[in-house]
Formats: sequence, C-alpha cells, structure tokens
Amino acid sequence: MKQNSFKIHRTLAAGAFFAIISMSLVSCGGGGSTSGADSTAAAGSSDNMITGAGSSFDNPLFSKQFSEYDKANNQKINYQSVGSGAGISQLTAKTVEFGASDAPMNGKQDSALSAPVVHIPITEGAVVISYNLPEVKDTLKITPAVLADIFLGKITKWNDPKIAADNKGVKLPATTITVAHRSDGSGTSNIFTTYLSKVSEEWNTKVGKGSSVNWPVGLGGKGNEGVAGLVKQTPGAIGYIELAYAVQNNMAYAKVQNKAGNFITPSIASVTAAANIQIPADTKVSLTNTDAADGYPISSFSWVIIYKEQKYGDRTLDRATRLVKLLQWMIHDGQQYSSALTYAPLSPAAVSAGDAVLKSVTYDGKPILQ
Amino acid sequence: MDTSVENGMITRSDSPLRVINSSPEAIAKSKARARRSFRQIRTENIFKRSLMIMGLLMIVLVLGICLTLAWQSRLSISSLGPKYLWSKVWDPVQDIYGAWPFLLGTLLTSFLALIISIPFSISVAIFLGEYHPKGWLPNFLKNAVELIAAVPSVIYGFWGLAVLVPIVRSFESGIGVTPVGVGIFSSSLILAVMIIPYAASLGRSMISLVPSHLKEAAYGLGATRWEVIRSVILPYTKSGLFAGILLSLGRALGETMAVTMVIGNTSLIPKSIFAPGNTMASVIANEFTEADKPVYLSALIELGLVLFLVTVVINLIGKKIIDRFTNE
Repeated sequence: MKQNSFKIHRTLAAGAFFAIISMSLVSCGGGGSTSGADSTAAAGSSDNMITGAGSSFDNPLFSKQFSEYDKANNQKINYQSVGSGAGISQLTAKTVEFGASDAPMNGKQDSALSAPVVHIPITEGAVVISYNLPEVKDTLKITPAVLADIFLGKITKWNDPKIAADNKGVKLPATTITVAHRSDGSGTSNIFTTYLSKVSEEWNTKVGKGSSVNWPVGLGGKGNEGVAGLVKQTPGAIGYIELAYAVQNNMAYAKVQNKAGNFITPSIASVTAAANIQIPADTKVSLTNTDAADGYPISSFSWVIIYKEQKYGDRTLDRATRLVKLLQWMIHDGQQYSSALTYAPLSPAAVSAGDAVLKSVTYDGKPILQ
Repeated sequence: MDTSVENGMITRSDSPLRVINSSPEAIAKSKARARRSFRQIRTENIFKRSLMIMGLLMIVLVLGICLTLAWQSRLSISSLGPKYLWSKVWDPVQDIYGAWPFLLGTLLTSFLALIISIPFSISVAIFLGEYHPKGWLPNFLKNAVELIAAVPSVIYGFWGLAVLVPIVRSFESGIGVTPVGVGIFSSSLILAVMIIPYAASLGRSMISLVPSHLKEAAYGLGATRWEVIRSVILPYTKSGLFAGILLSLGRALGETMAVTMVIGNTSLIPKSIFAPGNTMASVIANEFTEADKPVYLSALIELGLVLFLVTVVINLIGKKIIDRFTNE
C-alpha cells in the first residue's frame, strides 16, 4: 500500500510534468496565438452578441453608434479596439463577425483568407498637419511637394524659400524643423504615407507606404497623443495627427493644397467632400489626393469587413441578418452621430456604394437583403 | 496495511524490540505512533515533491519562453539570416529588418543609466547600511527608495515627458547640440532613477550584514570611518553590491513604457547620446499590434529573442564576475 501510494505520487508528478511540457509545445505550435486566445472569448460570449474587432480610430464613433443601436433595437455589440491589422487577423481566423480597418486589405492579407470578403465604407477620417510656430499667427499653407520634402529631411528650416513661396506675407522664423511621426504602427501613418507616396515619386521609392515605415528623419511619438505632445513641446515641430484629435485639442493645423490646386482647411465638410468621387464597386479606393475640387487631400475611408458568404461555421440566417442590418443602419442612420465626434459623415456616393455591397452579401447563396 | 505499517515502523523506529515485548496497550499505542509517523513521512514527501515540481516549473517556463521565441521567429531567422543582428536598416515596407540600431539603443541607454545611477545607489546603501541603520529619517529614506521601485513605469514616462524632457532640451541648447529633448540621454536619466532602488536595497542589506567584529577590529587599529568603509565594508560586500547593480541592469534592459515615451523612437543609428534612438523593447511594444506581414511579425519576435539572449549573456557574465569576487 505504501509502495503503491508512492507509485501514485510518482505517476502524478510525471503526468503533471508531461502535461506542462505538452502545453508549452502546443503554445509554440500555434502560429496566431493571440487570435487563438480570443476565439474562446468571442465564441463563448452570449448568443445575441455581435462581435467585431479592429481599428482604434473607429472606436469612439462605434461606441456611440452601438449604444444607440442597442437602445433602439436591443442588440448588443462587442467591439474590441485592437488595431486594424489585428482586426483583420481576427476576421481571418473567424473569431469575430466583422473587422474594421483604416486601410483596405492588402494582397498578403487577402491570400490568408479562406473565403472572399467585402469592404463597406463606414466613416471617413482625415490626417492633419499640425505645427508649432508660436510666432506665426496666420494658418500656414503647404503644398504636397513641400510636405514631402519636409518629411524627407530636405527642407530643414521654416524660412526655406519653398515654404515662403506659398505663404506670402507671413513672416517665417529661422527655426529648425523638427519632424514628429507615429512610432507605433497605425492606420494614421498608413493614410499619411499613402498620400506622400502618391504626391512624391521620391517618397514612393525611398520610403513607401505602410502602417510603419522607415522614417528618414524625425522623432517618434506613441499614438496621436504622443505626436501631439512632441509638436506642442518642441518649437518648430511639425507632425501629422488625426483630425478629431487635433480639433478636440485646439492644435494649429495647416491648409493643404489638393489635386485641383486649392488650399483646403481640413474640416468635416471638406473630408466628406473628398469622397464625392466615382467609387469602384468594391469600395476599396483611397481618398488620398482626391480628385474632388473642394476635398481635403489627406482623407480616407474606414471600412468594416465581413465575409461575402455569411453561412460559415454554425452561423444561422438570423445571426447573419442581424449583422447586415446593423451595418446598413450604421451607414444610414448611424451617420448622424459622426459630426459631434469630429468624424466626417459618408458622402452620398459612398453610402450608395456601401448599400450595393451590402446587397451582394449572401447566406447560402441567397442575398440577405431584398 | 498493518504489515506495511509494521514494516515501516520496524525499519524506521529507533527501538523496534519494544514492540515485540510489550503489552497489547503498548502495541496499540506504538501502532498509533507508527501511523502518525507514516503520515509525517508522507507529508514530508508531498512537500518535497511539490517544491521540486515548482522548481522544475520555473525551468520549463524559461525554456518554454526561449523555445517559443525561437520557433515563432524561425521565418525571419531563415529569411534574414545572422546579418539581422548587425544590419542597420529597419524598413517594414520593403521587408528589410536589421536589429542593430535597437540593440545599440538598448545597450547605450542601459549602461548609461547604470553609470548615472551607481553613485546614488551605493551612497544610499552606505548611508542606510552603515551610518544610520535606525531612526525616522533613514526609515523614511528607505521607504522612499522602495517606493521608487513601486511606481508604475508609465508614470515615469509621463513625468519624463512633462518635466525632464524640457529641462534636457534647455540643457541641450545650452551646450549647443540640436535641442530635441527626447533621446538616449533623457531615457538614460529616467532609467537611472528607476533602477536606483534595486542596487540600493540589496547593497544596504549586504552592508548591514558585515560582521561587527571586523569593523570593530578596524576601528581598534585606529581606522577612521571612511577607512573602515573603504577597506573593510566595501571589499567585504563587493559581490553583493555587484549583484544589486546586475539586478538593476536587468531592469534597465527590459524597461519599455517609460523609455518609449522619451527616447524619440527613430530607427536611425544615434549619432551622440543626445540623439533620439530606440530600444528593442520599445520597438516591440510600438509595432507589434500593426505588424501585418508574417515576416514583419517574425522579425519583431526575433527582436524579443535577441533581447532575451542579451539579458541571459549579461547575467552569465555578471555571475562569473560575482563568483570571482567571492572566491578571492
């Protein structure tokens, strides 16, 4: 008996040891370990809850929209503001029902998908060029070429003739320009670098576009607040910030020249105007450097991404319908909450494009919306 | 059951003969005692085993972390090769990844912080360990130093950004370098403050453990206090002091949040200690969430692996040095 009990102890200890080893091996094997951990949480949540994840830019608007939608339709929505890239990987892993992203999915992300997805434009945002020049009272005007040269490190003083040429009558100081950019990977950086790649060949070949790039000059700040902090603290600094953040914090920001040659002040109206263009059927269009004559050039859609065929896993028709109905509400009635939160409402062209996309969403081959 | 108990007792009791020669009551009594001692042995064994399991768990944990990091970074290891360590460009757009600027940034900030903090931590340790071990002021000082270790690092980051960076900026414009404020120097200052308590508290307990007969002998020979500290206390405690410094270096290497907020986060190689830079930990924290390509993610995890290995190597070197101190 005594020997038996020792044996039992030994087997228990050995068993525990092997369990631990196998656990550590399993965790090594799992490639997308983060989404794997979230899957149980998403699947385990209550049956009526719609789950989504992605863009942190969308989060304040979504919180407002979702709480209003819940009041009216008794539909809870669980949105995790984890960042666009993480939202897409969670959608790819099918641990959430919709993803939200500030950039359309790229080729590599598409190839990871098991089934086709659709993009629905959900709101519009803009990136503003904020600067710290206490001596300058007028609003600065910036051309795309100057902007690219500043961020490439080719223009280093504020009284550079190239800047002065666009700002006649403004007395520019001889301060050194300190460039501030985002240090964390972000949709804001993606929009900004996409814009610079479009307007400057040199930027396109030297740096390129992406949510993190190899910045040729400047300081990095974490988040909008990090860049805003650097701009506010450093005399002569210039940085790019989300429109909403700059407006809410009373930061000075420049007028940027658009494709039509007009200097446009970033505002809700000029950002909405940027989307008044021909929108392709898949809505995956970048609004940066827009053709619209009164549109602010560094604007962008933010998209919600869902699977085109909603019958996957153990999804019911009811569940799929509730998701599509929610999205339909968001691009129509939900837009009324945009302006108060400094988001630009969707342009009419964008809403009709979104409607067309939602109509193409199917369940078991049949369209969900009639 | 009975036989096994008796076996157990016969082998383990100090007077087995008494059992054979005693009355029934005595047999019952000793059986009870035997049962109790069997239970005691079992408790001992369970305790010993659980200690062993906990210890093994730690080893498994460390190996598991190392293996996970290595496994997850296999993609970047195979596609970038060893030049990952010394190539200077970190360009996620074109999938070019080189860890050198961040490796350099991590080592620069940590060692600079260490150099700044050593005079403070050693002084605090000597003051608290030798001059004033008791009293309200030393107690207050001791708690204050321990509190420094307890403050969350994001608060240091905020404080650094709001208070330290402007001071450093005006200092920089005073000495004639580009006044950016944020950079390697600011991060080292913040780190120095954060790591003082580690070396200070270990040093203090080491100094208070110096046997008083040694000190008294030195005093008896006419040594002054400074001479006692220099030739008795410091030599006696140097391995402990060094261990404390090593501990604070480990903390500095891995610190993320506070450094991220004041280092300036650029992938360019820092040209001077006042230039902005970046550390491995803060690159991981910054770029992990939006790493949208497999190689990119893998390169970031490899950065974690490099940081892990740097910490291990520095610890091993430190252990060697401590061993040499102790053997003398």
